[in-house]
Amino acid sequence: MNTFYTLGHIIISTIERLGRASMFLYEVVLGSWQLLRRFYLVVQQVYAVGVLTLLIILVSGLFVGMVLGLQGYNTLVKFGSANSLGLLVALSLVRELGPVVTALLFAGRAGSALTAEIGLMKATEQLAGMEMMAVNPITRIIAPRFISGVIALPLLTALFSAIGVLGGHLVGVGMLGVDAGAFWSQMQNGVDFRGDILNGVAKSVVFGFVVSWISVFEGYDAVPTSEGVASATNRTVVYSSLAVLALDFILTALTLGDV
Amino acid sequence: MLSRKSLEVWVGLFVAAGILALAMLAFKVGNLATADVQGSYRIQARFDNVGGLKKKAAVTMAGVRIGRVAEISFDNKKYQALVSMDIDGRYNNIPKDSSSSILTSGLLGDQYIGIEPGGDDAFLQNGDTILRTQSALVLEKLVGQVIFNKANEPAPPK
Repeated sequence: MNTFYTLGHIIISTIERLGRASMFLYEVVLGSWQLLRRFYLVVQQVYAVGVLTLLIILVSGLFVGMVLGLQGYNTLVKFGSANSLGLLVALSLVRELGPVVTALLFAGRAGSALTAEIGLMKATEQLAGMEMMAVNPITRIIAPRFISGVIALPLLTALFSAIGVLGGHLVGVGMLGVDAGAFWSQMQNGVDFRGDILNGVAKSVVFGFVVSWISVFEGYDAVPTSEGVASATNRTVVYSSLAVLALDFILTALTLGDV
Repeated sequence: MLSRKSLEVWVGLFVAAGILALAMLAFKVGNLATADVQGSYRIQARFDNVGGLKKKAAVTMAGVRIGRVAEISFDNKKYQALVSMDIDGRYNNIPKDSSSSILTSGLLGDQYIGIEPGGDDAFLQNGDTILRTQSALVLEKLVGQVIFNKANEPAPPK
Protein backbone atom coordinates (compact mmCIF):
# COMPACT_ATOMS: atom_id res chain seq x y z
CA MET A 1 0.00 0.00 0.00
CA ASN A 2 2.82 2.33 0.94
CA THR A 3 4.58 1.74 -2.38
CA PHE A 4 1.49 2.76 -4.31
CA TYR A 5 1.15 5.83 -2.17
CA THR A 6 4.76 6.85 -2.87
CA LEU A 7 4.42 6.12 -6.58
CA GLY A 8 1.20 8.08 -6.89
CA HIS A 9 2.62 10.93 -4.88
CA ILE A 10 5.71 11.15 -7.10
CA ILE A 11 3.67 11.11 -10.29
CA ILE A 12 1.13 13.65 -9.13
CA SER A 13 3.73 16.04 -7.75
CA THR A 14 5.80 15.77 -10.95
CA ILE A 15 2.81 16.62 -13.10
CA GLU A 16 1.85 19.42 -10.73
CA ARG A 17 5.33 20.87 -11.01
CA LEU A 18 5.25 20.64 -14.81
CA GLY A 19 1.92 22.45 -14.78
CA ARG A 20 3.27 25.17 -12.51
CA ALA A 21 6.32 25.53 -14.75
CA SER A 22 4.12 25.93 -17.83
CA MET A 23 1.86 28.52 -16.17
CA PHE A 24 4.98 30.31 -15.01
CA LEU A 25 6.41 30.32 -18.53
CA TYR A 26 3.15 31.75 -19.85
CA GLU A 27 3.28 34.59 -17.33
CA VAL A 28 6.95 35.29 -18.05
CA VAL A 29 6.39 35.45 -21.80
CA LEU A 30 3.39 37.74 -21.30
CA GLY A 31 5.46 39.92 -18.94
CA SER A 32 8.29 40.12 -21.46
CA TRP A 33 6.38 42.54 -23.70
CA GLN A 34 6.57 45.22 -21.05
CA LEU A 35 10.36 44.99 -21.13
CA LEU A 36 10.44 46.93 -24.37
CA ARG A 37 9.82 50.04 -22.31
CA ARG A 38 12.60 49.24 -19.83
CA PHE A 39 15.14 47.55 -22.00
CA TYR A 40 17.99 48.49 -19.69
CA LEU A 41 16.91 45.69 -17.33
CA VAL A 42 17.61 43.20 -20.11
CA VAL A 43 20.95 44.84 -20.97
CA GLN A 44 22.02 44.47 -17.34
CA GLN A 45 21.19 40.78 -17.37
CA VAL A 46 22.85 40.18 -20.75
CA TYR A 47 25.98 41.49 -19.08
CA ALA A 48 25.55 39.09 -16.16
CA VAL A 49 24.77 35.94 -18.15
CA GLY A 50 26.51 36.75 -21.43
CA VAL A 51 29.58 38.90 -21.00
CA LEU A 52 30.66 37.22 -17.78
CA THR A 53 30.29 33.77 -19.41
CA LEU A 54 32.35 34.87 -22.39
CA LEU A 55 35.76 33.90 -21.03
CA ILE A 56 34.91 30.29 -20.19
CA ILE A 57 33.15 29.90 -23.56
CA LEU A 58 36.06 31.28 -25.56
CA VAL A 59 38.67 29.22 -23.72
CA SER A 60 36.70 25.97 -23.98
CA GLY A 61 35.84 26.66 -27.62
CA LEU A 62 39.48 27.14 -28.47
CA PHE A 63 40.52 23.93 -26.74
CA VAL A 64 37.66 21.86 -28.15
CA GLY A 65 38.62 23.04 -31.64
CA MET A 66 42.26 22.22 -31.04
CA VAL A 67 41.47 18.74 -29.73
CA LEU A 68 39.19 18.13 -32.73
CA GLY A 69 42.06 19.17 -34.97
CA LEU A 70 44.47 16.72 -33.33
CA GLN A 71 42.05 13.80 -33.12
CA GLY A 72 40.59 14.36 -36.56
CA TYR A 73 44.02 14.62 -38.16
CA ASN A 74 45.18 11.33 -36.65
CA THR A 75 42.13 9.50 -37.99
CA LEU A 76 41.95 11.21 -41.39
CA VAL A 77 45.63 10.80 -42.16
CA LYS A 78 45.12 7.02 -42.11
CA PHE A 79 42.76 7.37 -45.07
CA GLY A 80 44.97 9.87 -46.80
CA SER A 81 42.37 12.61 -46.54
CA ALA A 82 43.95 14.96 -44.04
CA ASN A 83 42.83 17.82 -46.28
CA SER A 84 39.27 17.28 -45.11
CA LEU A 85 40.29 18.26 -41.59
CA GLY A 86 38.66 21.68 -41.91
CA LEU A 87 35.38 20.12 -42.95
CA LEU A 88 35.45 17.68 -40.06
CA VAL A 89 36.23 20.35 -37.47
CA ALA A 90 33.66 22.80 -38.83
CA LEU A 91 30.83 20.30 -39.19
CA SER A 92 31.27 18.78 -35.75
CA LEU A 93 31.46 22.22 -34.16
CA VAL A 94 28.62 23.88 -36.03
CA ARG A 95 26.18 21.01 -35.91
CA GLU A 96 26.78 19.38 -32.55
CA LEU A 97 29.54 20.44 -30.21
CA GLY A 98 28.98 24.18 -30.45
CA PRO A 99 25.32 24.25 -29.37
CA VAL A 100 25.57 21.38 -26.88
CA VAL A 101 28.81 22.22 -25.06
CA THR A 102 27.90 25.91 -24.92
CA ALA A 103 24.49 25.09 -23.46
CA LEU A 104 26.05 22.77 -20.85
CA LEU A 105 28.63 25.38 -19.85
CA PHE A 106 25.93 28.05 -19.84
CA ALA A 107 23.77 25.95 -17.52
CA GLY A 108 26.69 25.47 -15.17
CA ARG A 109 27.97 29.03 -15.20
CA ALA A 110 24.94 31.28 -15.79
CA GLY A 111 21.91 29.06 -15.12
CA SER A 112 23.01 28.09 -11.63
CA ALA A 113 23.78 31.73 -10.81
CA LEU A 114 20.31 32.77 -11.97
CA THR A 115 18.64 30.11 -9.83
CA ALA A 116 20.71 30.98 -6.76
CA GLU A 117 20.04 34.70 -7.18
CA ILE A 118 16.29 34.34 -7.60
CA GLY A 119 16.07 31.68 -4.89
CA LEU A 120 17.92 33.90 -2.45
CA MET A 121 15.65 36.83 -3.33
CA LYS A 122 12.73 34.61 -2.48
CA ALA A 123 14.32 33.35 0.76
CA THR A 124 15.02 36.90 1.95
CA GLU A 125 11.47 37.89 0.96
CA GLN A 126 12.57 40.49 -1.57
CA LEU A 127 10.08 39.11 -4.09
CA ALA A 128 7.27 39.30 -1.54
CA GLY A 129 8.37 42.85 -0.70
CA MET A 130 8.08 43.83 -4.36
CA GLU A 131 4.58 42.47 -4.53
CA MET A 132 3.72 44.53 -1.46
CA MET A 133 4.82 47.61 -3.37
CA ALA A 134 2.61 46.59 -6.31
CA VAL A 135 5.66 45.78 -8.44
CA ASN A 136 5.20 42.53 -10.32
CA PRO A 137 8.37 40.48 -9.63
CA ILE A 138 7.77 38.41 -12.75
CA THR A 139 8.09 41.38 -15.10
CA ARG A 140 10.71 43.19 -12.99
CA ILE A 141 13.00 40.28 -12.00
CA ILE A 142 12.20 37.07 -13.86
CA ALA A 143 11.41 38.18 -17.41
CA PRO A 144 14.64 40.17 -17.99
CA ARG A 145 16.71 37.20 -16.84
CA PHE A 146 14.76 34.79 -19.00
CA ILE A 147 14.95 36.97 -22.13
CA SER A 148 18.64 37.72 -21.65
CA GLY A 149 19.37 33.98 -21.49
CA VAL A 150 17.47 33.45 -24.74
CA ILE A 151 19.45 36.28 -26.36
CA ALA A 152 22.86 35.39 -24.95
CA LEU A 153 23.10 31.65 -25.66
CA PRO A 154 22.89 31.81 -29.48
CA LEU A 155 25.54 34.55 -29.51
CA LEU A 156 27.79 32.53 -27.21
CA THR A 157 27.28 29.47 -29.41
CA ALA A 158 28.32 31.38 -32.52
CA LEU A 159 31.44 32.61 -30.72
CA PHE A 160 32.23 29.10 -29.49
CA SER A 161 31.97 27.59 -32.96
CA ALA A 162 33.92 30.41 -34.60
CA ILE A 163 36.80 30.26 -32.17
CA GLY A 164 36.72 26.46 -32.30
CA VAL A 165 37.24 26.56 -36.07
CA LEU A 166 40.15 28.94 -35.50
CA GLY A 167 41.55 26.53 -32.90
CA GLY A 168 41.29 23.68 -35.38
CA HIS A 169 43.05 25.87 -37.93
CA LEU A 170 45.77 26.66 -35.41
CA VAL A 171 46.50 22.99 -34.77
CA GLY A 172 45.79 21.59 -38.22
CA VAL A 173 47.51 24.22 -40.33
CA GLY A 174 49.96 25.61 -37.82
CA MET A 175 51.21 22.47 -36.11
CA LEU A 176 50.35 19.51 -38.33
CA GLY A 177 50.99 21.08 -41.70
CA VAL A 178 47.61 20.69 -43.41
CA ASP A 179 47.38 23.01 -46.42
CA ALA A 180 45.56 26.19 -45.43
CA GLY A 181 43.80 26.54 -48.78
CA ALA A 182 42.47 22.98 -48.69
CA PHE A 183 41.44 23.45 -45.06
CA TRP A 184 39.15 26.37 -45.89
CA SER A 185 37.95 25.33 -49.34
CA GLN A 186 36.89 21.83 -48.27
CA MET A 187 35.09 23.45 -45.35
CA GLN A 188 33.26 25.90 -47.57
CA ASN A 189 32.28 23.18 -50.02
CA GLY A 190 30.93 20.88 -47.35
CA VAL A 191 29.22 23.18 -44.86
CA ASP A 192 25.78 24.24 -46.03
CA PHE A 193 24.41 27.52 -44.70
CA ARG A 194 20.82 26.40 -44.33
CA GLY A 195 21.33 22.76 -43.47
CA ASP A 196 24.23 23.09 -41.06
CA ILE A 197 24.72 26.61 -39.75
CA LEU A 198 21.07 27.66 -39.38
CA ASN A 199 20.39 24.24 -37.91
CA GLY A 200 23.02 24.92 -35.23
CA VAL A 201 21.59 28.37 -34.56
CA ALA A 202 18.08 26.91 -34.22
CA LYS A 203 19.40 24.37 -31.75
CA SER A 204 21.08 27.05 -29.66
CA VAL A 205 17.88 29.14 -29.58
CA VAL A 206 15.92 26.12 -28.31
CA PHE A 207 18.61 25.35 -25.74
CA GLY A 208 18.69 28.98 -24.59
CA PHE A 209 14.94 28.95 -24.14
CA VAL A 210 14.90 25.69 -22.19
CA VAL A 211 17.94 26.36 -19.98
CA SER A 212 16.73 29.86 -19.07
CA TRP A 213 13.25 28.56 -18.38
CA ILE A 214 14.52 25.82 -16.07
CA SER A 215 16.89 28.22 -14.29
CA VAL A 216 14.36 30.94 -13.50
CA PHE A 217 11.63 28.47 -12.66
CA GLU A 218 13.80 26.50 -10.23
CA GLY A 219 14.78 29.75 -8.53
CA TYR A 220 11.22 31.04 -8.35
CA ASP A 221 9.91 27.68 -7.15
CA ALA A 222 12.69 27.04 -4.61
CA VAL A 223 11.91 26.26 -0.99
CA PRO A 224 12.85 29.58 0.66
CA THR A 225 15.58 28.24 2.91
CA SER A 226 19.33 27.94 2.39
CA GLU A 227 18.91 24.20 1.82
CA GLY A 228 16.10 24.81 -0.62
CA VAL A 229 18.18 27.25 -2.65
CA ALA A 230 21.08 24.79 -2.69
CA SER A 231 18.98 21.92 -3.98
CA ALA A 232 17.24 24.20 -6.51
CA THR A 233 20.62 25.22 -7.91
CA ASN A 234 21.63 21.59 -8.07
CA ARG A 235 18.40 20.69 -9.90
CA THR A 236 18.93 23.49 -12.41
CA VAL A 237 22.26 22.09 -13.52
CA VAL A 238 21.07 18.47 -13.63
CA TYR A 239 17.74 19.12 -15.38
CA SER A 240 19.23 21.61 -17.84
CA SER A 241 21.99 19.22 -18.85
CA LEU A 242 19.57 16.33 -19.28
CA ALA A 243 17.10 18.48 -21.20
CA VAL A 244 19.84 19.79 -23.50
CA LEU A 245 21.16 16.33 -24.31
CA ALA A 246 17.71 14.83 -24.86
CA LEU A 247 16.51 17.76 -26.96
CA ASP A 248 19.71 17.60 -28.98
CA PHE A 249 18.92 14.05 -29.95
CA ILE A 250 15.34 14.94 -30.89
CA LEU A 251 16.37 18.01 -32.92
CA THR A 252 19.10 16.08 -34.71
CA ALA A 253 16.74 13.24 -35.52
CA LEU A 254 14.20 15.74 -36.86
CA THR A 255 16.67 17.56 -39.10
CA LEU A 256 18.62 14.54 -40.30
CA GLY A 257 15.57 12.36 -40.71
CA ASP A 258 14.75 13.48 -44.24
CA VAL A 259 18.25 13.15 -45.67
CA MET B 1 29.00 47.24 -9.88
CA LEU B 2 29.87 48.79 -13.20
CA SER B 3 28.59 52.17 -14.24
CA ARG B 4 25.72 52.17 -16.69
CA LYS B 5 27.88 53.43 -19.50
CA SER B 6 30.64 50.80 -19.31
CA LEU B 7 28.07 48.05 -18.82
CA GLU B 8 26.37 49.11 -22.01
CA VAL B 9 29.70 49.20 -23.81
CA TRP B 10 30.46 45.64 -22.71
CA VAL B 11 27.06 44.34 -23.76
CA GLY B 12 27.37 46.15 -27.08
CA LEU B 13 30.78 44.59 -27.66
CA PHE B 14 29.41 41.16 -26.73
CA VAL B 15 26.46 41.37 -29.11
CA ALA B 16 28.64 42.75 -31.92
CA ALA B 17 31.19 39.96 -31.42
CA GLY B 18 28.42 37.36 -31.46
CA ILE B 19 26.96 38.69 -34.71
CA LEU B 20 30.44 38.90 -36.22
CA ALA B 21 31.08 35.28 -35.28
CA LEU B 22 27.82 34.28 -36.92
CA ALA B 23 28.76 36.21 -40.05
CA MET B 24 32.14 34.49 -40.08
CA LEU B 25 30.43 31.11 -39.79
CA ALA B 26 28.09 32.01 -42.64
CA PHE B 27 30.63 33.42 -45.09
CA LYS B 28 33.98 31.95 -44.14
CA VAL B 29 32.96 28.50 -42.89
CA GLY B 30 29.71 28.01 -44.78
CA ASN B 31 28.87 28.46 -48.42
CA LEU B 32 26.57 31.46 -48.22
CA ALA B 33 28.92 33.56 -50.34
CA THR B 34 28.77 31.09 -53.22
CA ALA B 35 25.53 29.33 -52.47
CA ASP B 36 22.89 30.78 -54.73
CA VAL B 37 23.03 31.26 -58.43
CA GLN B 38 21.41 34.55 -59.38
CA GLY B 39 18.71 35.01 -61.99
CA SER B 40 18.95 31.38 -62.89
CA TYR B 41 17.26 29.56 -65.73
CA ARG B 42 16.45 25.88 -65.79
CA ILE B 43 17.53 23.29 -68.33
CA GLN B 44 17.06 19.55 -68.36
CA ALA B 45 18.94 16.49 -69.46
CA ARG B 46 18.08 12.79 -69.65
CA PHE B 47 20.59 10.23 -68.48
CA ASP B 48 20.53 6.44 -68.68
CA ASN B 49 22.12 6.29 -65.26
CA VAL B 50 22.84 9.11 -62.82
CA GLY B 51 24.98 7.00 -60.50
CA GLY B 52 25.42 8.79 -57.18
CA LEU B 53 24.45 12.27 -58.38
CA LYS B 54 22.60 14.24 -55.72
CA LYS B 55 20.51 17.38 -55.52
CA LYS B 56 22.60 20.56 -55.24
CA ALA B 57 25.54 18.91 -56.97
CA ALA B 58 27.63 21.29 -59.05
CA VAL B 59 27.11 21.91 -62.75
CA THR B 60 30.38 22.94 -64.31
CA MET B 61 31.76 24.10 -67.62
CA ALA B 62 35.51 23.96 -68.16
CA GLY B 63 35.73 23.07 -64.47
CA VAL B 64 34.05 26.28 -63.30
CA ARG B 65 30.84 26.01 -61.37
CA ILE B 66 27.99 27.64 -63.32
CA GLY B 67 24.93 26.16 -61.62
CA ARG B 68 23.56 23.35 -59.54
CA VAL B 69 21.33 20.32 -59.86
CA ALA B 70 17.79 21.29 -58.86
CA GLU B 71 15.93 18.04 -59.17
CA ILE B 72 16.40 14.41 -60.15
CA SER B 73 13.38 12.38 -61.14
CA PHE B 74 12.61 9.19 -62.98
CA ASP B 75 10.88 9.29 -66.36
CA ASN B 76 8.85 6.07 -66.47
CA LYS B 77 8.04 6.40 -70.16
CA LYS B 78 11.60 6.41 -71.41
CA TYR B 79 13.06 4.62 -68.37
CA GLN B 80 15.62 7.35 -67.96
CA ALA B 81 16.58 9.76 -65.22
CA LEU B 82 15.47 13.35 -65.76
CA VAL B 83 17.87 15.87 -64.20
CA SER B 84 16.87 19.55 -63.91
CA MET B 85 19.66 22.08 -63.49
CA ASP B 86 19.57 25.74 -62.48
CA ILE B 87 22.17 27.64 -64.47
CA ASP B 88 23.39 31.08 -63.45
CA GLY B 89 21.72 33.75 -65.58
CA ARG B 90 25.10 35.29 -66.44
CA TYR B 91 25.92 32.25 -68.55
CA ASN B 92 23.00 32.41 -70.99
CA ASN B 93 25.00 31.61 -74.12
CA ILE B 94 25.47 27.86 -73.90
CA PRO B 95 25.07 26.38 -77.42
CA LYS B 96 22.01 24.20 -78.01
CA ASP B 97 24.01 21.16 -79.09
CA SER B 98 26.21 21.07 -75.98
CA SER B 99 26.68 17.71 -74.33
CA SER B 100 26.51 16.95 -70.65
CA SER B 101 28.15 14.12 -68.76
CA ILE B 102 28.24 12.98 -65.17
CA LEU B 103 31.76 13.10 -63.80
CA THR B 104 33.43 12.32 -60.51
CA SER B 105 35.81 14.67 -58.75
CA GLY B 106 38.79 12.63 -57.69
CA LEU B 107 38.68 8.88 -57.26
CA LEU B 108 36.08 8.79 -54.51
CA GLY B 109 34.74 12.34 -54.64
CA ASP B 110 31.30 13.77 -55.28
CA GLN B 111 29.68 13.42 -58.65
CA TYR B 112 28.89 16.49 -60.71
CA ILE B 113 27.70 17.42 -64.17
CA GLY B 114 30.14 18.73 -66.74
CA ILE B 115 28.85 20.53 -69.84
CA GLU B 116 30.92 20.52 -73.02
CA PRO B 117 30.01 23.37 -75.38
CA GLY B 118 28.85 22.54 -78.90
CA GLY B 119 29.00 24.70 -82.01
CA ASP B 120 25.39 25.76 -82.51
CA ASP B 121 24.51 29.45 -82.91
CA ALA B 122 21.26 29.02 -80.96
CA PHE B 123 21.55 29.05 -77.19
CA LEU B 124 19.83 26.97 -74.52
CA GLN B 125 16.74 28.71 -73.11
CA ASN B 126 14.73 28.16 -69.94
CA GLY B 127 13.05 24.75 -70.17
CA ASP B 128 15.27 23.37 -72.95
CA THR B 129 16.68 19.87 -72.86
CA ILE B 130 20.25 18.84 -73.54
CA LEU B 131 20.06 15.92 -75.95
CA ARG B 132 23.59 14.58 -75.92
CA THR B 133 24.36 13.05 -72.57
CA GLN B 134 26.79 10.60 -71.11
CA SER B 135 25.88 8.58 -68.05
CA ALA B 136 27.82 8.15 -64.87
CA LEU B 137 30.47 5.48 -64.74
CA VAL B 138 29.30 2.71 -62.48
CA LEU B 139 32.26 0.97 -60.93
CA GLU B 140 30.64 -2.47 -60.75
CA LYS B 141 29.89 -2.42 -64.49
CA LEU B 142 33.48 -1.48 -65.27
CA VAL B 143 34.84 -4.26 -63.09
CA GLY B 144 32.39 -6.67 -64.70
CA GLN B 145 33.52 -5.63 -68.17
CA VAL B 146 37.18 -6.11 -67.30
CA ILE B 147 36.52 -9.59 -65.92
CA PHE B 148 34.40 -10.49 -68.95
CA ASN B 149 37.13 -9.36 -71.36
CA LYS B 150 39.76 -11.26 -69.45
CA ALA B 151 37.68 -14.43 -69.58
CA ASN B 152 37.25 -14.10 -73.35
CA GLU B 153 40.96 -13.69 -73.99
CA PRO B 154 42.69 -16.75 -75.46
CA ALA B 155 44.74 -18.56 -72.88
CA PRO B 156 48.39 -17.53 -72.98
CA PRO B 157 50.61 -20.09 -74.71
CA LYS B 158 52.45 -22.37 -72.36
